[in-house]
Amino acid sequence: MAQRITIDPITRIEGHLRVDVEVDGGLITKAWSSGQMYRGLENILKGRDPRDAWLFVQRICGVCTTVHALASVRAVENALGLQIPLNAQLVRNMVQAIHCLQDHIVHFYTLSALDWVDVVSALDADPVATAKLADSLSDWPGNSPKRFAAVKDKVKTLVASGQLGPFTNAYWGHSAMKLPPEANLMAVSHYLEALDYQRKATQALGIIGGKNPHVQNLSVGGVTTNLNPENETAVTMERLYWVKQLIEEVRDFVKMVYMTDVVAVGALYAEWIPYGAGVTNYLAAPDMFLDAAATKADLPGGTVMNGDLSTIKNINVHADPYFKENVEESIARAWYDGDWSKHPWESTTDPKYTDFEDEGRYTWLKAPRFQGKPMQVGPLAQMVVGYAQGHALTVKSVDDFLGRISAVAGVKVGPEILHGTIGRHAARAVRAGMMADLALKHWDLLVNNIATGDYEIFNPPVFPKGEQRGVGVHEAPRGLLSHWIVIQDGKIKNYQCVVPSTWNAGPRDAEGQLGPYEASLMGNPVADVERPLEVLRTVHSFDPCIACAVHMLDPEGKEVVKVKAM
Amino acid sequence: MADTVKTNLDPQLDRRGFLKGCTIAAAALGLSDAMIPKLVEAAATAERPRVIWLHFQECTGCTESLLRSSHPDIGRLILDIISLDYHETVMAAAGHQAEQNLHDTVDNHPFILVVEGAIPTKDNGIYCKIAGKTAMDILAEVAPKASAIIAIGTCATFGGVQAAAPNPTGAVGVMDLVSDKPIINIPGCPPNPISFLGTILHYLTFKRLPALDSLNRPLFAYGRRIHDHCERRAHFDEGRFVEQYGDEFHKLGYCLYKVGCKGPETFSNCPVVRFNDVDVWPVSVGHGCIGCTEPNFWDTMTPFYERLPMVKIPATGIVKKADKVGKTILAATAAGIGIHAAVGIGKSLIKGKKKDEEA
Repeated sequence: MAQRITIDPITRIEGHLRVDVEVDGGLITKAWSSGQMYRGLENILKGRDPRDAWLFVQRICGVCTTVHALASVRAVENALGLQIPLNAQLVRNMVQAIHCLQDHIVHFYTLSALDWVDVVSALDADPVATAKLADSLSDWPGNSPKRFAAVKDKVKTLVASGQLGPFTNAYWGHSAMKLPPEANLMAVSHYLEALDYQRKATQALGIIGGKNPHVQNLSVGGVTTNLNPENETAVTMERLYWVKQLIEEVRDFVKMVYMTDVVAVGALYAEWIPYGAGVTNYLAAPDMFLDAAATKADLPGGTVMNGDLSTIKNINVHADPYFKENVEESIARAWYDGDWSKHPWESTTDPKYTDFEDEGRYTWLKAPRFQGKPMQVGPLAQMVVGYAQGHALTVKSVDDFLGRISAVAGVKVGPEILHGTIGRHAARAVRAGMMADLALKHWDLLVNNIATGDYEIFNPPVFPKGEQRGVGVHEAPRGLLSHWIVIQDGKIKNYQCVVPSTWNAGPRDAEGQLGPYEASLMGNPVADVERPLEVLRTVHSFDPCIACAVHMLDPEGKEVVKVKAM
Repeated sequence: MADTVKTNLDPQLDRRGFLKGCTIAAAALGLSDAMIPKLVEAAATAERPRVIWLHFQECTGCTESLLRSSHPDIGRLILDIISLDYHETVMAAAGHQAEQNLHDTVDNHPFILVVEGAIPTKDNGIYCKIAGKTAMDILAEVAPKASAIIAIGTCATFGGVQAAAPNPTGAVGVMDLVSDKPIINIPGCPPNPISFLGTILHYLTFKRLPALDSLNRPLFAYGRRIHDHCERRAHFDEGRFVEQYGDEFHKLGYCLYKVGCKGPETFSNCPVVRFNDVDVWPVSVGHGCIGCTEPNFWDTMTPFYERLPMVKIPATGIVKKADKVGKTILAATAAGIGIHAAVGIGKSLIKGKKKDEEA
């Protein structure tokens, strides 16, 4: 007989998420994903100055701290037909790439690693054997017996204190934990080192953005980062070289530690490779544009349906009608009145909270659909789309990584292993490596452009009378993000965000099609219903960010406009 | 419990309600010594002081901010200095195991409560639920047992971005709901981790709260205006202003007041301590302050790219209200000034304002 499990809260994510599953014969047979918070930011924006919007929507999420800001300024610029200077494009690209490095590192170590790594088991590890294992995987200089002995001592002290703090009452000793003690000790050591390297990324971001989280160097029309190399208040070459050095240090950590650890987890948990595919329709946006007009991108966009690479359709620019005209959101199973599906510029909603109803409504998240289909977004979507296109950087990065997994696993594996829980981690690690390379490439492009004497950073926005509509698209760390704005006489008339975690964490639609989280859980094993570690593994592999997934109410409590999540 | 947490608080908090809340909280602080022995007792044992960190309506930016800290770094903080018994973003346990950890500490040990995020009060608080309970209910359960409460970020202190007009969910800060506990407010969006860590370390070391202003903000971090220590202040005093981002004056690092900097009316240590250990803050990358440590700044400091009204500019005399700035801002600014006047700060600003009113 099926057993029902409710996990609330899902921890080690951003935001408030509840997941329910039914388990029959040790396998998940039903799943529901439910967003549990909502704030109303889009409604708060109505009537305000469009130039202010990016600062408001940036506060949708402090984990994805740059992404809503970038999508928002793009949405307003798109509505105004305003092109930004090349320097501004490149500075924004730096912000995107560096933030992505920090975000992916934090996701794998701080938010996900404890699903696969048994901290307590590390106490049984031999530091010398651990160093030997680590050396077989990577040349990282931090992998010394002394370092591992020190980390082991730290864990020992913590456990002996009886105050495990954030490690209390977790899944230590769970039968699904398979890593040998040495692999666990290595991972705990890297878990702690990751805290230092993610900080370095944020320092690079701080130099460009003034502070972090929530950079403050953007503006509709460009950036405010002064690039005049002849003035002491500007980001001079000394500062830019500091940025470069920090990126290089983080790149080395990504390539020698993060990617290596994902290879090891993938190889040592090979039995998990078949689980968690779920929705294999993929959607990604082009980004990291090389020109001021945003016509040539370094990151590939497009769609792949049913996991079939031959179905690839490219999205090369944000204005592509194939993207703009095919996005809808369904409210059939969300806490709103009605059961329709509408385009973001057109939809309105009345709230209708019902509490959690298995066969009815059960979440504050809407269900975004593309041509009526659920789509998975995120690093995996971008890797699949890029691979299908033959995008050179993607193909090389993915093939290199698969080669490393094959070498450790002793079996040759191809890109088909990417569809699933482990695959999402692998794709994210590959993307982190790509973003490190691209951050340095765009640093070069920026410095080369400054060298020509071009210090321009800003083209002033002008708001005409009448109505303008714009969309701002961005490939965020969690996937495709779009902000949809309607401006009337210089004020915001409507503002809606369709966010990566809404695509992924959204509920069923009117046709009963499951959202990607839900679909990915089907058939997952659950060894112990009291300790449903396996559910966390698959949900965490998407990198949930639920704060963004919030619809909102108007002042009278009548009309709910939109939903976002990432 | 009903006395401690005003769960029936009117969600439509107005300015007067807010000021009243400040008074209540200040009165509560006067009684705070009574709570201290509990903490001292905990510190005297070998135990690391326990911290429970609750997330409500928030973006996790404050937690992310703490991830950026370097002294102490986050690893040292949570492994060596405190015992972080409940924190949704970093804790290994989930679901009922996580809830068990929360209740074990709340029921059996003294602890410091950190709150990140606002509390929605409209419609019985249904807009934020964790483990089936509303944020209001969770706060009502946990706050009365805390030794002290640190509200981190502008959401937990003043309601934050979701409380911006029209405040669709009736979001409020902790001190609007909790009245008989020491509450320390660390506003900012997000705050500099230095301000939060400084407060925690001060408390653990001296066994007492740092000196606070009338909004419960530590004076060491919020005692002076941004304007007072800004490196571009000389440009302001000499009347040299950026007129538009990217213009020749922006390239020379002139004052950002005319493109909207809110430094003249914002109390924070940003220009002194700076961010991310790389000697930066928003003004150093050419963008004005947005006033994020001030109550209701999303309404009182917007539009962000219009100049503040009523600021005396030495070289050009007093500026009358800027064209696009409405009545709300004027009223709220006046209230903000009143608060600072109460603790003896910002008097010159008030003088400037009075002159303008008289003019």
